[in-house]
Amino acid sequence: MTQAPAQIITLTIDGLPLEARAGQTVLEVCRENGIQIPTLCHDPRLEPYGACRLCIVQIEGVRGFPTSCTTRVAEGMSVTTNSPEIADLRRSIVELLLSDHELRCLSCDSAGACALQDIAYEFGIEESPYTGERHRVREGQDDNDLIERDYSKCILCGRCVRICHEVQGCDVVGYTDRGFEAIPNTPYALSLEAAGCEFCGQCVSTCPVGALTDKPSRYQGRVWETTRVESICGYCGVGCTVEYHVKDGRIISTGAPIGRGVNGGNLCAKGRYGWSFTHSPDRLTAPLVRRDGKLVEVTWDEAVRVVADNLARIRDEHGPGAVGGLASAKCTNEENYLFQKLLRTAIGTHNIDHCARL
Amino acid sequence: MTPHAPTQGSTIIRVCTGSGCAMNGSLEVADAFEAAIAQAGANDSVRVVRTGCHGMCGSGPIVTVAPDGVFYPKVTLDRVTRIVERLVADGGYVSEFLFRPAEDAEPIVHYADVPFNAAQRRIVLRRCGVVDPEDIDDALALGAYDGLRKALETLDPDSLIEQVKASGLRGRGGAGFLTGQKWRFTRDASGEVKYVICNADEGDPGAFMDRSVIESDPHSVLEGMAIAAYAIGAHEGYVYVRAEYPLAVKRLRIAIAQAEEKGFLGEDILGSGFCFEVKVREGAGAFVCGEETALIASIEGKRGMPKVRPPFPATSGLWGKPTCINNVETLANIAWIVVEGAEAYASIGTGDSKGTKVFALTGKVRYSGLVEVPMGMTVRDLVYGIGGGCAEGRDCKAVQIGGPSGGCLPFELLDTLIEYEALTEVGAIVGSGGMVVVDHETCMVDFARYFLTFTQEESCGKCIPCRIGTKRMLEIVTRITEGEGQEGDIEKLEKLARDVKNASLCGLGQTAPNPMLTTIHYFREEYEEHIRSRYCRAGACTALSHYVIDAGLCKGCAVCKKHCPVGAIWGELKQPHTISAERCIKCGACVEHCPFNAIKRV
Ligand SMILES: Cc1cc2nc3c(=O)[nH]c(=O)nc-3n(C[C@H](O)[C@H](O)[C@H](O)COP(=O)(O)O)c2cc1C
Ligand code: SF4
Ligand code: SF4
Ligand code: FES
Repeated sequence: MTQAPAQIITLTIDGLPLEARAGQTVLEVCRENGIQIPTLCHDPRLEPYGACRLCIVQIEGVRGFPTSCTTRVAEGMSVTTNSPEIADLRRSIVELLLSDHELRCLSCDSAGACALQDIAYEFGIEESPYTGERHRVREGQDDNDLIERDYSKCILCGRCVRICHEVQGCDVVGYTDRGFEAIPNTPYALSLEAAGCEFCGQCVSTCPVGALTDKPSRYQGRVWETTRVESICGYCGVGCTVEYHVKDGRIISTGAPIGRGVNGGNLCAKGRYGWSFTHSPDRLTAPLVRRDGKLVEVTWDEAVRVVADNLARIRDEHGPGAVGGLASAKCTNEENYLFQKLLRTAIGTHNIDHCARL
Repeated sequence: MTPHAPTQGSTIIRVCTGSGCAMNGSLEVADAFEAAIAQAGANDSVRVVRTGCHGMCGSGPIVTVAPDGVFYPKVTLDRVTRIVERLVADGGYVSEFLFRPAEDAEPIVHYADVPFNAAQRRIVLRRCGVVDPEDIDDALALGAYDGLRKALETLDPDSLIEQVKASGLRGRGGAGFLTGQKWRFTRDASGEVKYVICNADEGDPGAFMDRSVIESDPHSVLEGMAIAAYAIGAHEGYVYVRAEYPLAVKRLRIAIAQAEEKGFLGEDILGSGFCFEVKVREGAGAFVCGEETALIASIEGKRGMPKVRPPFPATSGLWGKPTCINNVETLANIAWIVVEGAEAYASIGTGDSKGTKVFALTGKVRYSGLVEVPMGMTVRDLVYGIGGGCAEGRDCKAVQIGGPSGGCLPFELLDTLIEYEALTEVGAIVGSGGMVVVDHETCMVDFARYFLTFTQEESCGKCIPCRIGTKRMLEIVTRITEGEGQEGDIEKLEKLARDVKNASLCGLGQTAPNPMLTTIHYFREEYEEHIRSRYCRAGACTALSHYVIDAGLCKGCAVCKKHCPVGAIWGELKQPHTISAERCIKCGACVEHCPFNAIKRV
């Protein structure tokens, strides 16, 4: 089926006549056209939410300050994304946030990749004019080896809660308490594991501040010390686009660039946290062939020849039924197809199975 | 006619068993009446009906005697026998138990002549306090479901909606949106399945009109829902009622069962082919769950957090379906409008504010309770004419209208009309109808602090301005009441208030600063006195006052010393005593006990 092309809508943003597709949000159209709007609760992987209020704009004929992340474009709409009133409100929002934030940026793993830091910097806010109580930090959340939760830095954007619900369908964390005390947490403050967490780390990937961070990379390197190397995850046939954060030639953490590849920025537990083997001294880095009882490093061509010769010999001596193949979920569909073809046509056996059935 | 219907010539003793009266012992009083009637052998001629609330909760237990309408307030068990004896003997009343507007005033015999009732216009409360809420026949005898019958038999949905529009009825839940218009939007929204929701969350502190209506006349609400459902094309409805209203929940369930049995709800209603089913959902008592999108989330089993609108519930509400959500009081008006006609309704009230509004009148007023008045009355007429003014003949200082989202009107503005636009202009709102009267003993800064404490605790936490902004405002206001206000605090509060109003996601945050803003506007000098002179003129902020003993009046009896829980008072017998400001915890025990009024708070 071919999809009907989206209806084109014309609107004006900051005086610029623009075209947009019906169904797009004002924020999306702004971003596509290089118009900057600060956001904290927005993640393109999630449904519009409208909680942080930073993306407010003014729209002709609409009362107050609607949020651009939740407002769909309409024909003839006229949007102002920045005015003294908007700037003032945005600044106040950030000032309020900072008055309730543990400013431990010095040792925060998110420093340099923190949306709050960036926005405060952009607005030139040195200090919040407001002081007062800060919301509680809960004890006993350091209950696993992968995800570090420090809710004293949480800005309640709800992204972790939403990604766990909307994308993962796991509902491990939700909001608890109300008012100033509101905070995301597991039911009855259970440990993540007890609450059914699969440790995909999607919450970490969406947290815009340092409230959720990867434990394996704690204190391993600042964001600006790492290079980002895009690659394909080798764990399974899906072929997710990953981005390795590399410092001094070693991976210290993994991410996935939002909107890229088949996964669009999402990763599973293995892809996100299962990379420590990369630097394992036990890891095979070249094919080995046993010669005179000893494993000897050979070229790929040599190794493949040894395997082919042996398979042909076994087939000839013992018949095709003596050979069986076990395919792998690490391979793509196409590779698995070719593998069964090899067994069925070159070897001549139906002895073919797959690890996914084990 | 059923045995319970108020038949001509028979005598009915109506005992209010609404929450207020029940708390004052009216259930026992009703039993006592039945026993006394039996004792007097008058079972055939006199009956007891347990009704819902009359509104005069401050004077409960309330008893009225039909058909004459004799009114007895504060009926205690020991009065029952005499009332019955006199009634059985010659149909008369006991003068000394009647209502007196003042101690030395002539008693008022009839319910309708009591000033509290005389100026009211009862449409929503038409059957409240009259019928037994647990007996549908009682309500039927007084016209329940006549509106539904008329709508189904004579009106198509479109003309019904036009009627409601023409009546000018606006939502009584707070926002004041035109009800007919909302119905039109929901009817026009595309979708097969639609819902009607009755909002009975009523979380504002001090408000109890919705509870009272459901407890006293649940059928008026169910009938309104059924008519709304017919108008918009829904076959399923929910009443979202807070679990803290167990009596309302119980009576609602009874009413639904009885209405289903009689064919006013369920399949093929009154033979019209129209079906409508009502379910009850109990909320866990969060103020924010009264906000429509949060309420819908709560019914769906999610955390009650508001969503950005649009989409409005009329196009995408419960489970994504078009949903018409109306307040209890709004719905209780509907059948009356259908029966009496839109014009009759629109003839009451003024300009853009038609019909009546129920207010929960509380605070320092002589007669507190529920009142229903025509729109366009002045606040003064309500507070003084119906409520009898402040207790002990004092002037009232201010009236807070609209609960935690509303504003505070000073005495000078009491001639403001009770209208949507007029009240908004002076910083208050009609809101859901809370009305709190305060006198000079209330500190306006402390009053603002009270409301902010509420909104801060009830904020859902979703958006930053409301969650942190209300907290910071509350902290500053608290600081001021504790004598630690600083120059610039008022301006800071005003700025914060503006930002929170403009940037918050839902109505809770957008209105939370109102009580504070209006008190700053109308009582700025009180804020300034707290900040600059560390002085609270109401004497309500304990941190700003201390107790002193007037040496001239003190006889050295040492009674105060005995009652001080922390040993802060010393002095020789028969010599003037002294209070240590350091030790004193300002509990006021000494003041209460001093036989010579020698201790003052300054
Ligand atoms: C914080 C908040 C609390 C509310 N609480 C109630 C409530 O308890 N009852 C109610 O009927 N409406 C309440 N409302 C208003 C509802 O959102 C909605 O406007 C109303 O139920 C619509 O019905 P109406 O048009 O009949 O007034 C509240 C709104 C807000 C923002
Ligand atoms: S932990 Fe992070 S993602 Fe979750 S609500 Fe807090 S700031 Fe947002
Ligand atoms: S304004 Fe307050 S109650 Fe409403 S969404 Fe924001 S935090 Fe929640
Ligand atoms: S990004 Fe729009 S409200 Fe947060």
